[in-house]
Amino acid sequence: MAQDIWVLGTHMTAFGRFPDQDAVDLATAAALGALDDGGVAISDMDILACGTLFQASAGMGQQVQKQIGQTGIPVYNVSNACATGATALRTVIMAIRSGEADLGLAIGVEQMGKMGLLSGGARKEKNVYEPSGRYGAVMGIDGILGTDTMPGVFAQAGMEYANDNDGVGFEQFAKVAQKNHAHSTLNPLAQYQREFTLEEVMGSPMQSYPNTLLMCCPTGDGAAACVLVGEERFASLSREQQSRAVKISASVLTTDPYVESGHMQPDVNTLTRNAATAAYEQAGVGPEDLSLVELHDCFATAELIHYDNLGLCEPGGAGDFIDRGAPRRDGETPVNVSGGLISKGHPIGATGVANVYEVATHLRGEAGDRQIEGANVGLAHVIGLGSSCGIHILEKSGAG
Amino acid sequence: MQIPLVDYLVLGDEPHLQANECADCGARFFGRRNACARCGGRSFNPVRVSDTGTLRTFSIVYRAAPTIPTPYVSAIVLTDDGTSVRSNLINIEPDPAKISLGMKVKLDTYIVGTDDDGQEAVAFGYAPV
Repeated sequence: MAQDIWVLGTHMTAFGRFPDQDAVDLATAAALGALDDGGVAISDMDILACGTLFQASAGMGQQVQKQIGQTGIPVYNVSNACATGATALRTVIMAIRSGEADLGLAIGVEQMGKMGLLSGGARKEKNVYEPSGRYGAVMGIDGILGTDTMPGVFAQAGMEYANDNDGVGFEQFAKVAQKNHAHSTLNPLAQYQREFTLEEVMGSPMQSYPNTLLMCCPTGDGAAACVLVGEERFASLSREQQSRAVKISASVLTTDPYVESGHMQPDVNTLTRNAATAAYEQAGVGPEDLSLVELHDCFATAELIHYDNLGLCEPGGAGDFIDRGAPRRDGETPVNVSGGLISKGHPIGATGVANVYEVATHLRGEAGDRQIEGANVGLAHVIGLGSSCGIHILEKSGAG
Repeated sequence: MQIPLVDYLVLGDEPHLQANECADCGARFFGRRNACARCGGRSFNPVRVSDTGTLRTFSIVYRAAPTIPTPYVSAIVLTDDGTSVRSNLINIEPDPAKISLGMKVKLDTYIVGTDDDGQEAVAFGYAPV
């Protein structure tokens, strides 16, 4: 890294469904919260990056400026599927590293309401068949040539892992969701805060085998923000600001490199493995050093394979890892103590910033009932299909 | 009169899939190509894909857009010549107990719809051998 970068302030709104607010309200609440938390003002910011997926063309960053301060600084509106929030963070990080900014604000926001199933288009049967599109299709192919639905795509990613490794099946995937729902009962910001038994998880309505309803993240609304500061400006901050700041010791964004099967199904593994390798090297830590991990559990099947992709378990050992309770909050490497996307919620643009908020809050020792005691290093991971993977590794401040 | 659901399904006496194979590195793709995702090569040759293969992964989809019949079995098949194909499994019960990873499957075709001119759309799927 050219210069060290710190999270100076961070905030997230509760995740849920807020029909009385719009996305600007949510983003503004997160932005003002992060500025206040860092003890700085919008007039101190040199750059603003704002991530949202479904309102990508709305100029969300400028709309937020019109609520909290039009100071004329550059705004980057970013959109990168479920890695949107992480991409907003990285945009500010790159601006600070380049020397163009000392302080910057990264916001992630989404308002989805009850959007329901994402992807998997309705089949529009034409009256007269005519080939169109890159496959020369005469009608929508979802449901005929496999699935485009998110629960199905990630189910297949999990089942492929089950194909290649012993000791992985429906029950192991269900245990992931049972854990995350249990974790969420300690997080007042989570969209759902209810524990379920393993039997309830396995018995809830099947969406895409092996993902039942309770193994799928909900749609929802929410926002999160971080104020980032570079090393030079950090040195002039107050002792209190420095002591609460959290160091970003790795920031990585990858896309999926070519694999044979990539023309037919998204590869969510290789780019995560590549990002993890790069992030551990940047930070000079290994998976065994992590006090907690917030990873992209859009579906229970996804979380399980990322244990392996992030090197949290032995190669091929993700089934045993969940069976022995390793990712539970009292286990070897607590994973998704926030409740994860499955229960905390997944307002898409907000997610990649909210997981940094969660890790930073633990490293500060300010996570209340869900605090992981003695947390000093944490990892935040998101993946957006298409694909993009963002990983940030955070370290507790040495100052103060 | 019949028309394939997608242009990489070739109808006739022996219905089969046809991939675009990179002339430089041999990577295979379905559908229209601009260049190769693996090596950047710009020329492709049409190749016939093996009709048989093994089940690489699957999901049984219960929740889909309203017009799509469920449940159906979505699958990725690895053909015997090493090409990944996405399709439904057909002629099999949508029951995880009846579907085994690695099982042998074979390409088959069926009529998936008829338009106002009486033209039949032909789809493909993979059935247990």
